[in-house]
Amino acid sequence: MSEPLLTIAGVNKSFGSTKVLQDVSLTIANGEFLTILGESGSGKTTLLRIIAGFEQADGGTLTMQGASLSERPANRRHINTVFQNYALFPHLTVFENIAYGLRAKRVPPSEIKTRVDAALAQMRMAEMAARRPSQLSGGQQQRVALARALVNRPALLLLDEPLSALDASLRVHMQSELKALQRDTGITFVFVTHDQEEAITLSDRIAILRHGRLEQLDTPRDLYNRPRTAYVATFIGKANLLPNGMAVRPENVQVFAPGSVTPPKDSQSWTGTVKRIVFAGASDLIEVECSEGVTLNARVPSGGSYPPTVQLIVAREHLIPVA
Amino acid sequence: MYSRAYQRLVAIPPLLWISAFLLVPYISLFCISFWQVHSQQIVHQWTLHNYGQLVGNPVYLEVLGRSARIAASVTALSLLLGIPLAYCIALRAGRARNLLYQLVIIPLWVSYLVRAYAWKTILGGNGVLNTLLIHFGVLHEPATFLLYSPFAVILTLTHIYTPFVFLPAYASMAHIPKALIEASKDLGASPARSFWTVVFPLSLPGIVAGATFAFVLSLGDFISPLLIGGPNGIMISNIVVSLFGAAYDWPLGSAISLCILILVVGLIAFTESLEKRLRLGGGR
Repeated sequence: MSEPLLTIAGVNKSFGSTKVLQDVSLTIANGEFLTILGESGSGKTTLLRIIAGFEQADGGTLTMQGASLSERPANRRHINTVFQNYALFPHLTVFENIAYGLRAKRVPPSEIKTRVDAALAQMRMAEMAARRPSQLSGGQQQRVALARALVNRPALLLLDEPLSALDASLRVHMQSELKALQRDTGITFVFVTHDQEEAITLSDRIAILRHGRLEQLDTPRDLYNRPRTAYVATFIGKANLLPNGMAVRPENVQVFAPGSVTPPKDSQSWTGTVKRIVFAGASDLIEVECSEGVTLNARVPSGGSYPPTVQLIVAREHLIPVA
Repeated sequence: MYSRAYQRLVAIPPLLWISAFLLVPYISLFCISFWQVHSQQIVHQWTLHNYGQLVGNPVYLEVLGRSARIAASVTALSLLLGIPLAYCIALRAGRARNLLYQLVIIPLWVSYLVRAYAWKTILGGNGVLNTLLIHFGVLHEPATFLLYSPFAVILTLTHIYTPFVFLPAYASMAHIPKALIEASKDLGASPARSFWTVVFPLSLPGIVAGATFAFVLSLGDFISPLLIGGPNGIMISNIVVSLFGAAYDWPLGSAISLCILILVVGLIAFTESLEKRLRLGGGR
């Protein structure tokens, strides 16, 4: 990890008696794509709004590039935001929307023209410069919102569920555009979403928020392979939770006819009844109710057939201790 | 779908209402304005004499001009007070928003007459203001220019018509999505810049509507000038009132009324098209 861009330390926030954020601390590295992932009500949007400066934290500190952000209003932070519904100015043209931030900073008009034109070209929106936002499609509005933020060359770009308003196929397309944009510009992205797959596809690291607390912050791979809590284990991918505080991924559960193999030394084994087999694309998921009253899912090759009773074996290395 | 006959049937009451209270009065006003008065009798003889007098006699044009100036001043002052008030209450007041809104509305429950009279007692020679100023030694004798002057009329009408600017301005400001104002801040705009580049242009249709109310209503006002205007604060409607009353010159009164009507309708048509264009420009 390179040097930190933004350090969030012990941030608390309440609305009335509702604690929205509790003691959230995390460090955002320069140039990374960090996703804040959580269900609705997890506090992810509030955290983003605190970083942007639209909300004031009740406690804790935000330090950006060595300077505290607490006394700095939103319009004086080197941060720009892509809003959930884009929040484009309806009375301004696409060009003026993108130029807005530069005009506010009193950039000379000739430079504004150059930079806005470059931003339009980058988003392949050059022909749309004179249009109003209402004359654009959702995907085009999205690009204008991105251009309007990026043209200011912020140190940090915040994105508040920017893809949620797009239909599925366009969303996948915009995901790859976003990723490419982040690579090309080198700007640090903080992306808020409730969509796990989106988070996994896009992010260098994911911060999982739950009930206002930071549950875990790791790379997508580490979140999947080493979830620290049962919540994370089931939130990122599928997981079987065992009564002994262990989690195991369905693909690490091996299925055998009962008595056909002796379980190896470093493994745990169950015998159970096959409840159902669910088709899941390249593989099937087989649901087994074990004698201990535990139900385990195992991922097995597609199209196989199984006796009513099976033996399940999980190597010890695949048992993940979770809180 | 309702039947054609039913549709015609329900159209009858409003048509009757409009005919009885708008069409008939305006047609008779139109006719009377071309008649004349002979020895205290209105004679049904067609003439352009009244319109000639309106243009020829400098008094009428002067008072009409003064009325327009007073109405313009009232409009300007109402905008100056109403827009910041609407902005503060709609976008900056937070939880106090509804309370403050009600506080602006409550004076509207009080009769217009009472409010005009209130200014009389405030501005008069022995009024609240003079008494206070003398008490604190600012003045030695009561200021007489306060009451019975165009100033008093402008002050009173501004007090009365500011809510008419405030209400539509507030309504359009309250409808501006919060995210737009946040977006402008996010892009580095100061609160002032955010107001002028986002809030003001997006609430312009409401502001234009409010300005039209203030101008048209104060142009036609005759009670405030009557109560506190004095001889120099006379407005065009006072002339119309006296022509229909003591002077018993209904034809001339009608001619003046029609002129005001045409001016006002023209103004409303203009601002309406302006509002429409602003809304389209807002593009939603």
